[in-house]
Amino acid sequence: MLGSIYAMVAVALTLSIGVLRFLNFSIPGLFMIGGMTAWASLRAGLPWPLAIVAALGAGALASLVVERFTWRWMRGAQDFVPLVSSMAFLLLFEHLAVIYWGSELRTVPPLFANADWRIAGLVISVPQLAGLAASIALIWALTLVLARTRLGRGLRTIAEDSDTALLLGVEINRIVPVVFLISGLFAALAGVIFALNYRQVQPFMGEMVGLKGISAMIVGGMGSVWGSIAGGLIIGLVEVMSIGYFGADFVDIAVYGLLLLILFIRPTGLFAAAFAGQRA
Amino acid sequence: MSGYLEGIMVLLAVNVVFAYGGFLPLAAGQLNLGLAGFAAIGAYSSAYLSNVFKLPPLLAIAFAGIAAGTVALIVAVPVLRTRGIYLALATFALGQIVQAIILNLEIVGGAAGYPVAAFIRFPTIAATAVVVVALVWLLFATRFGIAVTAVHDDERVADLMGIDVRAFQVAAFALGSAIAGVGGGLYAHHFSFIEAQYFNISLSITIVLYVLLGGTQTVIGPLLGAAVFTLLPELLRASANWRYVAFAAALIVLMALRPEGLVTGAQLRRLLGLARAQPRHAAIAAALPKEPSG
Repeated sequence: MLGSIYAMVAVALTLSIGVLRFLNFSIPGLFMIGGMTAWASLRAGLPWPLAIVAALGAGALASLVVERFTWRWMRGAQDFVPLVSSMAFLLLFEHLAVIYWGSELRTVPPLFANADWRIAGLVISVPQLAGLAASIALIWALTLVLARTRLGRGLRTIAEDSDTALLLGVEINRIVPVVFLISGLFAALAGVIFALNYRQVQPFMGEMVGLKGISAMIVGGMGSVWGSIAGGLIIGLVEVMSIGYFGADFVDIAVYGLLLLILFIRPTGLFAAAFAGQRA
Repeated sequence: MSGYLEGIMVLLAVNVVFAYGGFLPLAAGQLNLGLAGFAAIGAYSSAYLSNVFKLPPLLAIAFAGIAAGTVALIVAVPVLRTRGIYLALATFALGQIVQAIILNLEIVGGAAGYPVAAFIRFPTIAATAVVVVALVWLLFATRFGIAVTAVHDDERVADLMGIDVRAFQVAAFALGSAIAGVGGGLYAHHFSFIEAQYFNISLSITIVLYVLLGGTQTVIGPLLGAAVFTLLPELLRASANWRYVAFAAALIVLMALRPEGLVTGAQLRRLLGLARAQPRHAAIAAALPKEPSG
């Protein structure tokens, strides 16, 4: 299950890498904003659909702010400059969240009284299932948008060469915010699903998941949407298996060892057919 | 010197050492996000040497640098096969692995942390930091500095000019890691207790930020970056969280307005009055005898 959350975070990251060549480190922060806003608005007494909408809105809004101050300002600067700024945004979001909401672990109330289905001895939790279904549907919709629409064509042009795209009349300053909007939505939704499933949120919740999301993206292949999903599931599987075989202490060694191995052997990732923009 | 002031000054000196550990690879165009791992190797190896073999702290710290540098040399060959963002991520994975391994090493306390018996005070640490800065400065006054800058600016052209790009990248990576190891050793021997959790990705990122804030073009940049961002929060005396918010906001603004960092080469030369009134080639051209006209 954690695998599908990694996959969603990885999709958010991969969009930004694939189209903009920009590793957006603020995405773990957006993930946290999604989770924390869902918790805060549930606590404020909002019904849960509204709480989810509020969380997604907050994530998307924050992502647009990031766009204003990273990619738009720093196009043409050295590669690592937007990277550094997005790291600064991660710090900013986390510590603002600590100031407003405190740093302790918060418990999210369960949505449904008894949300488990029992089928032939298997326990399936409804929020998990709904989260999985929602993420697969959204990712599928995203690949359709990339492949079929005018927006998708614009994005693919930017992915190939942003200067040429500009010359061809693609309005970069209108399309790029859309990329940030979508990746913000994905990150925030992953945060909401995390909050509803594990029922615990705190301001630094994004770091661990974000780092695993980055690993998932690389394992699957940077810029490839379906590769990210496969990567997310692989990372989730490796975690579960290394807990099973070696114990919980070795999880990080196994996951990051795999990441390093893949970077050495096949730096483009296991499933990198092409960048997201070039082939959905 | 009061305990509080000494604590800050020690932190400043250690951060300056760390900053130069990040500066060397960055000057060669590599973003090393695994610095905390090398600092951890230095901290733990020196602590082990001075605890178990009773080596004097300074000797142990020297070995810390050698240990971190050796590990860096061993991993440099596969790691530096990757470039750009992949290199940053490979070093990041490396740092995470080092941290995870130390967390599982019972011989140095594992997750519980590792106490260090020997203790060094501020003057020793400051002297070591000065030596490190001086060495880096000397190094960049030689052909090494020119070559590294050339590699940073354009690998292909540097290669064409007969510079062994690979060798200089490996050297910058390993030397930077060794310096980070020395920083870790200093940290361990002053604060008397180390835990693997301290050497996390945030530490790596903070170190890189010091360097980028100060600027990678000049040797003085990292010193200034580390100093400003160690001292400024103390002077502001804000709560810890507002401190981070202000730090992050300052960073975003600075990256937007001065993407090359606080100190750039041209600006420094102008400030010190070393600027040639005209670019070098123009000066040379003016000095050449005029071609007879007609």
